[in-house]
Amino acid sequence: MCHTFPALTSDRSSRICSLLYKHGSSMASNSSGSDSSDRQRIAQQRLSVIAGHLQRPVEGNSGILAAECKAQGDKLDVSSERRTVPRRRQEIMKWNGWGYSDSKFLYNKKGQAEFTGKRYRLSGMIIPGLREWMESTFGANLQHKTPAAPILNSSAVQPPTLNEAFLKELKSTGIPFSHDAEDRVFRSHGHCLHEIFALREGKIGRVPDLVVWPNCHNDVVKIVELACKHNVCLMPYGGGTSVSSALECPPEETRSIVSLDTSQMNRILWIDEKNLTAHVEAGIVGQDLERLLNESGYCTGHEPDSMEFSSLGGWVATRASGMKKNIYGNIEDLVVHIKMVTPQGVIEKSCQGPRMSTGPDVHHFIMGSEGTLGVVTEVTMKIRPMPEYQKYGSVVFPNFEMGVACLREVARQRCAPASIRLMDNEQFKFGHALKPQVSSIFTSFLDGLKKFYITKFKGFDPNRLCVATLLFEGDREKVLQHEKQVYDIAAKFGGLAAGEDNGQRGYMLTFVIAYLRDLGMDYYVIGESFETSVPWDRVLDICRNVKARIVRECKDKGVQFPPLSTCRVTQTYDAGACVYFYFAFNYRGLSDPVHVYEQVEHAAREEILANGGSLSHHHGVGKLRKEWMRETISSVGMGMLRSVKDYVDPNNIFGNRNLL
Amino acid sequence: MLWSYCHSGTRKSLFNINTRELSEVVVIGSTASLKDEEEFTDILEERRCTTDLGYALRTFNPQPYKGAPSSSTSDLKKAVLESQYLRYIIALETGSSVEKVRQEARGILEEMSHNLQLGFIRLMAYTVNKVFKRLFRSIYVNMEGLNMLQQAIQESPVILMPNHRSYVDFLIVSFILFTYDIPIPVIAAGIPLASMKVVGEILRRSGAFFIRRAIGSDKLYWAVLSEYVRTIVRTGCAPLEFYVEGFRSRTLKSVVPKLGMMDMVLEPYFKGEVFDITLVPISISYDRVVEESLLALELLGVPKPKESTTGLFKASRVLQEDYGCMHVNFGRPLSVRQLCEGKINRSEYNLIPRDLPQRPSTEIQDCVNWVAHLIVRTQEEGSLISPWSLMACLLLQAPITTLTEEGLQWHGLTEKTLWLRKLVLDFRGRLNWPDSDVMSSTVALHHSIVHHKAGRVCLVQDGDPASQDPLSPEEGVMRTAAAVLMLVSYRNQALHVFVRPGILATAIHITKSTQKDELFSFFCFLRDVFANEFIFIPGRASQDFDEACSLLQKCGAVHMSEQEVTVLETGLEVLSFLQKLLQPFLDSYQLIFRYLCENGAHVFTEKQFLPAVQNLATKLILSGDLHTFEVLSSDTQKNVLSALRRLEAVTKLRVNNNILSIADPYFFGKYIAIDVLLMTEIMNKRAL
Repeated sequence: MCHTFPALTSDRSSRICSLLYKHGSSMASNSSGSDSSDRQRIAQQRLSVIAGHLQRPVEGNSGILAAECKAQGDKLDVSSERRTVPRRRQEIMKWNGWGYSDSKFLYNKKGQAEFTGKRYRLSGMIIPGLREWMESTFGANLQHKTPAAPILNSSAVQPPTLNEAFLKELKSTGIPFSHDAEDRVFRSHGHCLHEIFALREGKIGRVPDLVVWPNCHNDVVKIVELACKHNVCLMPYGGGTSVSSALECPPEETRSIVSLDTSQMNRILWIDEKNLTAHVEAGIVGQDLERLLNESGYCTGHEPDSMEFSSLGGWVATRASGMKKNIYGNIEDLVVHIKMVTPQGVIEKSCQGPRMSTGPDVHHFIMGSEGTLGVVTEVTMKIRPMPEYQKYGSVVFPNFEMGVACLREVARQRCAPASIRLMDNEQFKFGHALKPQVSSIFTSFLDGLKKFYITKFKGFDPNRLCVATLLFEGDREKVLQHEKQVYDIAAKFGGLAAGEDNGQRGYMLTFVIAYLRDLGMDYYVIGESFETSVPWDRVLDICRNVKARIVRECKDKGVQFPPLSTCRVTQTYDAGACVYFYFAFNYRGLSDPVHVYEQVEHAAREEILANGGSLSHHHGVGKLRKEWMRETISSVGMGMLRSVKDYVDPNNIFGNRNLL
Repeated sequence: MLWSYCHSGTRKSLFNINTRELSEVVVIGSTASLKDEEEFTDILEERRCTTDLGYALRTFNPQPYKGAPSSSTSDLKKAVLESQYLRYIIALETGSSVEKVRQEARGILEEMSHNLQLGFIRLMAYTVNKVFKRLFRSIYVNMEGLNMLQQAIQESPVILMPNHRSYVDFLIVSFILFTYDIPIPVIAAGIPLASMKVVGEILRRSGAFFIRRAIGSDKLYWAVLSEYVRTIVRTGCAPLEFYVEGFRSRTLKSVVPKLGMMDMVLEPYFKGEVFDITLVPISISYDRVVEESLLALELLGVPKPKESTTGLFKASRVLQEDYGCMHVNFGRPLSVRQLCEGKINRSEYNLIPRDLPQRPSTEIQDCVNWVAHLIVRTQEEGSLISPWSLMACLLLQAPITTLTEEGLQWHGLTEKTLWLRKLVLDFRGRLNWPDSDVMSSTVALHHSIVHHKAGRVCLVQDGDPASQDPLSPEEGVMRTAAAVLMLVSYRNQALHVFVRPGILATAIHITKSTQKDELFSFFCFLRDVFANEFIFIPGRASQDFDEACSLLQKCGAVHMSEQEVTVLETGLEVLSFLQKLLQPFLDSYQLIFRYLCENGAHVFTEKQFLPAVQNLATKLILSGDLHTFEVLSSDTQKNVLSALRRLEAVTKLRVNNNILSIADPYFFGKYIAIDVLLMTEIMNKRAL
């Protein structure tokens, strides 16, 4: 079909192809008529807009190109109101907590926990068990509140250090920028505990001096050129979901710091259905990418827990991992082509061959570079047709040991479902506490029956049992077959199928857990998660030892209440697994809770490394885990990375000081 | 919702020692424990009021380790046999079929395994209770230690590490734990015990597992044993009890720890298979040791009777005797995790499967060695010194003819003993000093060694005085030696308090120097030479020196300045006592060095060596050139050989199963003029 538009540049033609194809395919798949006519209308509209732009010469100076992509941004992007992230994040998001301003946990007047807003399955619901769980787990008390500073006090923000020459030239490019205090504060942090804790107390440290919003690759080229010319420090900013202190401005940085916010580079440039790839601007956040692809009947299948807010560029820069990696792969498996703007120029490969033997893969310098080398602007990634059928599931095991043995067997037989996660007993109870109010007596009766069956009839100890949550995807028949295979394996390890509901709730937990932390912080409870990957034979040992280390360290550091120290196995691989720890405690009675928290987390990481775990599975290194890099990759390895940095960015323009 | 264990007061102190505090515990450990001296409880008192049967059938409901699965002994054996580690080892054993090797492994395991059963624990408790009530006036146990142990057992796998001075030790810990509702340990025992009829089986069912002596290079045996031990630790199915000294100390002096078992026990921690392991040093002290005379004879070369059931019954005449009191002091539980912090890097196991047999790094080996020594030192510090030990120290400093003939003045002895008591307290030793009349009663208790008559104290010698058969002079020496060695062993019970200041006193005496540097280097030299004789924690020479200095200063013997150590007039008595206390060791070592030098033969077997040294020593004693009988002890001789091997002056060869030792002629060439000062020089030269 592409041949009908010989005059178009290749990427635009593909996009149109996809639009046309979408039309055709929706007809073919018998979807509702009104929907398809809607799509048709939108497609036509877009086509006409594009046709307008086609008159212009494609080759031209960069100024024109930049202007062009802005024009596209303004006019072409008809769906801009459907994009999640506006330039001014403060319009929809919290400045000192997780996620959307309208969504949060709170205790209502009756003292019941409820989740506000309309966005999530849990929104607007009462969660009757949460209060008791918080009180019994942490010793928290509704009487003891630690409210956050309500509004951002702009006067607490240092005035920006501006590089006037840079600013002047930037203005001339027409790329939007701001040095508004709120804009800058929003881009000065990720979501580490200490970062959020400080914001809640109204403490604001070094923040970027300027925020720029490039609209396309060429804008980025321009900005990087100017930054090099005027020796300005650039810090790429994607979704802001970092948990490695990667977005913290180095306090020792004396140059003007410019935060390069990629959020407006959020278009799918083309979809190639023959090769099943999509070329996407790197600023797009996960939920938009999936939603837009879904509209064409596709998905990437890359679903990290942060996918609502984290961006494609961020995934590449941190070597992200998605929960359904068993089917779709991790980011390194998904990426076909990457374009990155560095101080030395643009790096990209010349073709889209699915695998190459051309020396070390330069993509691997980019993936995990954590913004130290340049800005990822465009990525070609694999896409898949949307799965026909999805099914959640769960299995209860008498204890964690049996659960791990089962996951190991599933990995051995290479029959892991799209996602398989094993929660320990504490997390199982936690999940239980998040059950929304049951509407019908019948459901609660059924719940009671289930519980009776498992604990009394099957003799599972409620303080030892644990649960695996499952997600199957694919065509219906295969899913059912696969499901049976997995449940059969589980049965060999004493596992009992425990229903779809438990499974689904388990996955929901990952999206609301970050909101829950904010609730905890209202009541003296602080916590965070961290992760590692570890060989199979060490999974049980590392889980036990790290959890015990956390408990012991808390006690040694004077924490007055036993902490929540819990883990889950979230990913299975041939040779090992990814383990995720949650750790939280009530800090009443501590003078410097964040410091205590950091000491305990530090000790926990030491324990992980001593037990054969990796420094990080997917969160990255940032500045938080830098100190362990040398022992992790050896001095020679450090030298290799260092020399790449020295070549690509000799003046440390990308000066966020992550990783090395 | 406070920490649940904050409610129990004892728990708090359990692990609150950080490593810095710990080093203080090591140095001055006894100060902390002195105050709870009064808290010993006589556990026999209650037993005497109730019926034995009622006691044996009491409800026994211990709180086990929380992580432990309830597993039977057959589960344990199965886990061992099916372990990946054993599979690797079996695959490595070439020569016979896998099935055959597996069968062999199964056989080894059968021979080794304990078969702990509550019924037999009750039988054991019943019997032991009866025997102990007869043997001992009291068995004192520190309740605080027991409480800490009870807590510790629930937290992590526990290793009970008693010292071993008597066969009686063997079941005492199980007996106490049964009495106080604490899980019964499995106990590492020597294989000879297993071959005792009936008794062996009873022991096995009371939790003993049996280890062959001289395993040597039998790889399969090592593998089965180590996997068995590690599995016990890993699963925490029962506390594990073993003697880190390896065997019963014939001299009642602490023995340099053996590392094999220690290694196996600690490995699950090093490899991250358990979060932590708790070591509980236990010090068992006796007023009078049941097998005292046997020990002395054994040391002089009279072979020890084979462990047999009939032997046991024959020995029942010992039941007629009074053995005074026994003290069992449960030490503060030590967290292996805390002990090893900063000493090892556990990530060295990250790159090789943990099940693969793998030689630990020197770092790990050093750490194991350090921990083992630390435990033995802690046992020493926890043991109680009886008045009799102090008297033995003093008696041995009297000329031997005085002891054997006219006797020592009682009055002088008691006065000096009181003086020594004060010195022990200054040196932070733990004393068992019940009441005022303690000295005459203690001498009465030890009537088999000394008798007190007409204001004088004499050594009792076997066969004396009824049989007037003329003895050859050599036989006479041996007869006296037997009595002296008994005294020596009681002296040895107090030795650990005096060793460090004693070595400093010796250094002052020999070098005649006041320079701290010079004294320190000589102190280190002596410490090095006698490292097989006394327990020194490796790598702590300067702490030991500082401890010695501060103790001598404390008792007013010396004055210390930045650079100098000056002897005070008032300190001469102390210094001379200490120097004389260690003199027998110096004399013995010198004699053996001289023998090796003058003998001419540089290659000899141990079978030749021991009697030859004894002959030489006997001659010298008779000629009046040697004033100590201790060189006659096979223990001393073995220690010297070990020390020389460690110092690389002697090497051990194996020729047709005869163990040969080769003395390095070069090394000994330099020793000809045996003089401790010269030895220093040589050592210094060697260091160059």
